[in-house]
Amino acid sequence: MHSIEVKNLTKKFGDFVSVDNISFNVEQGEIFGFLGANGAGKSTTIKMLCGILNPSDGDAFVGGYSVKKEPDLVKKSIGYMSQRFSLYNDLTVIENIEFFGGVYGLKGKEYTERKNWVLDISYLKGKENTLTGSLPGGVKQRLALGTAVIHKPGIIFLDEPTSGVDPISRRNFWELINQLSEEGVTVFVTTHYLEEAEFCNNIILINAGKLIAEGNSTELKQNYLEGEVWEIQTDNPVDALDILNKENYVIESSIFGNNIHISLAKNFADKGKINEILKQNNIEVKSIEKIEPTLEDVFIHLLSDKYNV
Amino acid sequence: MFKRTAAIVKKEFKQIWRDKRLLFVMFFLPAFLLGIFGYAVSFDVKNIQLAVLDNDNSHESRLFVNSLLSSDYFELVKVIENDSEVKAILDNKSAQAVMIIPVDFSRNIIGNRKDADIQYLLDGVDGNTASIIKNYLNAATNRFNNDLLEKRMLKSSAKLSQPLDLSVRFWFNPDLNSTRFLLPGLIAMILIITAVVTVSLSLVREKELGTIEQLNVSSLRTIELLIGKVIPYLLIAVINAVLVLLAGYILFDVAVMGSYVLLFLSILIFLFAGTSLGVLVSVISDSQQVAFTIATFVSLLPSLLLSGFIFPIESMPFLIQIITNITPAKFFIVVLRAIMLRGVGVFAFWDQLIYLILFGLVALLVAVKVRNIKDAKI
Repeated sequence: MHSIEVKNLTKKFGDFVSVDNISFNVEQGEIFGFLGANGAGKSTTIKMLCGILNPSDGDAFVGGYSVKKEPDLVKKSIGYMSQRFSLYNDLTVIENIEFFGGVYGLKGKEYTERKNWVLDISYLKGKENTLTGSLPGGVKQRLALGTAVIHKPGIIFLDEPTSGVDPISRRNFWELINQLSEEGVTVFVTTHYLEEAEFCNNIILINAGKLIAEGNSTELKQNYLEGEVWEIQTDNPVDALDILNKENYVIESSIFGNNIHISLAKNFADKGKINEILKQNNIEVKSIEKIEPTLEDVFIHLLSDKYNV
Repeated sequence: MFKRTAAIVKKEFKQIWRDKRLLFVMFFLPAFLLGIFGYAVSFDVKNIQLAVLDNDNSHESRLFVNSLLSSDYFELVKVIENDSEVKAILDNKSAQAVMIIPVDFSRNIIGNRKDADIQYLLDGVDGNTASIIKNYLNAATNRFNNDLLEKRMLKSSAKLSQPLDLSVRFWFNPDLNSTRFLLPGLIAMILIITAVVTVSLSLVREKELGTIEQLNVSSLRTIELLIGKVIPYLLIAVINAVLVLLAGYILFDVAVMGSYVLLFLSILIFLFAGTSLGVLVSVISDSQQVAFTIATFVSLLPSLLLSGFIFPIESMPFLIQIITNITPAKFFIVVLRAIMLRGVGVFAFWDQLIYLILFGLVALLVAVKVRNIKDAKI
């Protein structure tokens, strides 16, 4: 049995189709990346999967329960944490834990055990009486995750859990996610950071409500990129991009910081030609290298197709 | 169910306790409103400023003027010497009424030849007060007349008897004290403002912070959330009600004539209607600012203007009378006046309690509908 099974899930708001007939499966214990631009339908999908929004068509089974017919049972088997770290800032750490424990009906030994676990993972032992509002972002984030899974759900949904958090906290947070996944918890995560998506076992990409790519990171790079990616280091990436875009062997190009990435047909390996053209236009080339494509290359390729950029 | 609701109640109390500003507003606002309305709003007309132009200047004319001043309704502010001053006195509002006694006043009384005239000039800008002043003057003049008649009859050793002897007694509010009439409305207004404002703010705050999402995806039921959210504010509103009743008794001498149990139950039913209105406001608004504005608007204005608190509903145009149903205070004021002033039992106002319950249910139903419509739009 899949941990999450999505079948032809559709959500319409009036004439607007927010989620358009998407289907995918998530295995138990895997970290599943759910990517897409803002407004692509990510939040709507998560809401449906959490049982708080009724699908217009299709269905999804979360932990074996239909989100359409048994939303209450779905809610019991999941945890949810959003980018807003929904904690009460005017309550202390322990009061927040107590509150969410109470909302999930925990008591006695079970509660004590879970309370200690939350304090452990958020490094807040001994700081139980601190006001939550005064905690640094990274700690708050861990506390939010802890309270979101205080009832030990088999599946957790994380909606952009790392936005607005410093890189070190983000790294630590992913360690925590890995730990949960190793314990058999299914982690369904949306993110804007594509380097984070590399940590996921499987990824899907949606755009305008439609599923446009799926697979693990390696598969995505192999299946969705037509050519090979070359990185060019230059002092004038903007003009270089313009010039190269006019060449017919360049399939695609984009700026990455001071570099540009261009994708070239697989059999094209004449880096001398690129060098020559740029030199003719008085652009100094520091290096030209064939590189391993990143997920960002894949997504820019996929999304620019759609947007005709 | 109980455990989860209890968790919400406990959390809510902690948050209220920590938010000293909210706490202050919740207890200060009722005291403030009670003070303002209890002391400032009164229909009683007392200390009417009277100016006298006594052209006769006789024993009889002074006797008549003094008979007016012996009550605390009239206060002599000016003795006018000259006809020409009269206009100026009314123009610059230095008196509300001017009494003009003609030269032949005492001659007519003593001589008993013809009726003695007295002229009153009243400031008619505030028509209500003017007509009350007119009634007072009528009554005072009648009393003076009667005394005079009695003396004359005694002289001729006949007995004075009048064909009709009017005997009026005011029930429930014997001295026609308007504070007694206003206090129940004031209690209703204070309770509905605190209920609607606090409940809507506390619900919208969860929306603003995003914590409502967290509660939505938990297995917490909406009804558990609402009950848990409402209980603390209900308790505070009940405490407020007790304080206002106590203050009404101590400051304005308004005691509860009827049953306390009935009063308590009616307050709970009214608060149910009020908090439902608060829930509706919270569904409509997405920020605490908007919620506060809407909440004060829908609770304060109708309960002040349309509830019968100050202006009697019976004398409003028919259309406005229908609109008065938008405030639960309208029904509750009838109940409160019945219990507090008349001391009557539930038979006199049970229909109002049913309206209150209906009001609360309709407000909740509309809230659910609005929420569904809003969800469908996101």
